[in-house]
Amino acid sequence: MNYAFDFGWLADYWPVLLKGIGITVELTLVGGALGVSLGIACAWARALGPGWLKPIVAAYVEMIRNTPFLIQLFFIFFGLPALGLRMGELPAANLAMVINLGAYGCEIIRAGIQATPRGQFEAGASLGMSRIQTFWYVVLVPALQRIWPALSSQIVIVMLGSAAVSQIAAEDLTFAANFIQSRTFRAFETYFAATLIYLALAIVLRQLLRGLGWTIFPRRTAR
Amino acid sequence: MNDFTTWDILRNLLLAARWTVLLSIVSFVGGSLVGVALLFARIGKGRLGPAFAKTYIELFQGTPLLMQLFLAFFGLGLFGIDVPAWLAAAVALILWTAAFLAEIWRGCVESVAKGQWEASSSLGMGYLQQMRWVILPQALRVAVPPTVGFSVQVVKGTALTSIIGFVELSKAGTMVTNATFEPFTVYGFVALIYFCLCWPLSKSSQILERKLNVAHRNH
Repeated sequence: MNYAFDFGWLADYWPVLLKGIGITVELTLVGGALGVSLGIACAWARALGPGWLKPIVAAYVEMIRNTPFLIQLFFIFFGLPALGLRMGELPAANLAMVINLGAYGCEIIRAGIQATPRGQFEAGASLGMSRIQTFWYVVLVPALQRIWPALSSQIVIVMLGSAAVSQIAAEDLTFAANFIQSRTFRAFETYFAATLIYLALAIVLRQLLRGLGWTIFPRRTAR
Repeated sequence: MNDFTTWDILRNLLLAARWTVLLSIVSFVGGSLVGVALLFARIGKGRLGPAFAKTYIELFQGTPLLMQLFLAFFGLGLFGIDVPAWLAAAVALILWTAAFLAEIWRGCVESVAKGQWEASSSLGMGYLQQMRWVILPQALRVAVPPTVGFSVQVVKGTALTSIIGFVELSKAGTMVTNATFEPFTVYGFVALIYFCLCWPLSKSSQILERKLNVAHRNH
């Protein structure tokens, strides 16, 4: 192997990388927050919602979980304009991530909700709580606590999957790497650096989510 | 020149889907073999094996599959090999699959009650004997549903290989779109074909989980 590694380009191109990291982080934050919210709404609909809503949500979840994220992205960005729904690459990327995480989150959260014993609902009702109060305090929060590790992993997976949004020209970290390697022809070094950054982002995100879990669910961990 | 009928679109996509299926099978089989090796390294007694396997799994689970594909594509090229896209795709997907399968299977091996190890060791079995006759047969029952479930991720993962230029279902979708200017129809069909490939796998994973429902027995 007669190849001299050269990371000299980093000196000129680090602002490009930094901008890409910013977009990736932004996509993850927005996608994570809205995606989890959608997941909660769908989990409620599937577990306790009205009868007509259940099959619709079930179809959405199956549809998303059995098709690749890349195709969902292409369908939203290239396909939907045929229906008159035209949007920029960043909103499209965000929408795809929310829809994707929403479906996976729904299944994860539903598993947590179904693990709630039936008596808990009745106990909530007998304390004079409304249905919504019971759902929020008695069902949802303990359910979220139960499945928080699984949900955290899914958010990290969505963050890593967001590398695909570079394919609709959303200027995330992968897009930055593509741009840099097209300028410097240092493909391996560029993608190597980008990979390390993703790894660092994944580690940091995992720790942040763990910390967030401790903040949202204080003390109750002691069971 | 736009004389593509709907049937033409679907036929071209289905022809390309063969490559998605083939790549999925290669990745899954290859990934299983590497995954078994990783599993034994991970749960082994030594010090180096588990450390290596842990790092390997952390690296492959903590970075995007797309980056792994890029690194395989450009990295193999550093050795002076002219890398065809299918080779880089297969290598990256096999290594990626192995990391996830090894981690899934580790959980299954660890789900076997500790008493089983102690009982078999008190019968004078060696490590390999314990594995072969006591631990793995039990772990295997637990492992089937999540392994089938993960195969869905492999099929979906192959979509990313289109980005390094491997012509499979997704790439064919882009190419047909460029010829027909009908992205809605084309990507709709592409999604439908992926769904037809993945849904039976997801469903059978669920059914197996219910049937084998071993998580609650076995102790």
